[in-house]
Amino acid sequence: MAVVEVRLSLPQKGMEPAQIAERIKEKFPSEVVDVKDFAGQVSVILKRNRIVEICRYLHDEEDLLFHHLKDLCGVDYKGKKEVRFEVVYNLYSIKHRHMIRLRAEVPEEDPKINSVTSIWSGADWHERECFDMFGIIFNGHYDLRRILMPEDWEGYPLRKDYPLKGPEPENEWPGLVEVIERSKALREFEWEG
Amino acid sequence: MLIDASTIGLVEVEEGTKILPPNVIITSLDKIVNWSRLSSLWPATFGLACCAIEMMAVGAAHYDFDRFGVIFRGSPRQSDCLIVAGTVTKKMAPVVRRVYDQIPEPRYVIAMGSCACTGGVFRTYNTVQGCDTFLPVDVYVPGCPPRPETLLEGVMKLQEKMRKERARWSPWR
Repeated sequence: MAVVEVRLSLPQKGMEPAQIAERIKEKFPSEVVDVKDFAGQVSVILKRNRIVEICRYLHDEEDLLFHHLKDLCGVDYKGKKEVRFEVVYNLYSIKHRHMIRLRAEVPEEDPKINSVTSIWSGADWHERECFDMFGIIFNGHYDLRRILMPEDWEGYPLRKDYPLKGPEPENEWPGLVEVIERSKALREFEWEG
Repeated sequence: MLIDASTIGLVEVEEGTKILPPNVIITSLDKIVNWSRLSSLWPATFGLACCAIEMMAVGAAHYDFDRFGVIFRGSPRQSDCLIVAGTVTKKMAPVVRRVYDQIPEPRYVIAMGSCACTGGVFRTYNTVQGCDTFLPVDVYVPGCPPRPETLLEGVMKLQEKMRKERARWSPWR
């Protein structure tokens, strides 16, 4: 019963995404590259240098309060955009129930961006995955290791120039080569019927 | 009731098995040991993806694996065969192999589902193209995922294979 009362006492939905984008534009005019609106979802495209500052502002400001990082992921726009990578932040305010999407541009030559783990500790594994798949380095992340692929894997599989079928047989991951060789060596000890 | 063996004699109930009523059975050791082995085939489950759900369905009441003497074991050391149910990734391959290595001989492998048989739709950087690259597979069960009946059929095929074996269970193999 108590839960229902809390739900009813929640205020109506907070700000419109376009309004939030305006707020970011006002506060950081030099950082906003573009604002895109698609299907009622607003993306704010940002430069990467002051991303932590912007996120801190969105997290702390009383009428924004983006306490929840819904998702953090990378995108490879090879051949489609000038700046190759983007790191996408989907934010949600639990109190005001509004949301916004940030997209920070990360160039190919220097794929680095500052980590937001100091604001949302939940960004930890998301940033590790982004590093694992795209090779984007998150400065200030305390434990930036591969999370999905084996630790001695070479290359970043979700990059568009990564071979779809994986490495050629001669460049196969050593762990798999070892297993196949071991299975061949052990075959002579199998009990034959 | 006393039965006179001289009047009834040995009755061949099936090929290689004769019965002398009331309670003498004459058959080969192979036949009787194989029969007991295949009637209590305990698999180590290795559920790796959605095939594992189907495998659980086979173990549950509706399809009831226990009818065949198949009882899932949590430990490879108590198992007779390994059901590889699902996509084997390259990172997982050493683990699957280690589980297989721990199963005592004689041991068998059932590759369940398209992914375990051939890699399935995942011709990608992280998927092993069939677990037979590093395991000696006895039965391939196709399907994505296979229906429970298909897995039952696969187990029955394995039992058929075990029935035909000669002294694989013994030191004189």
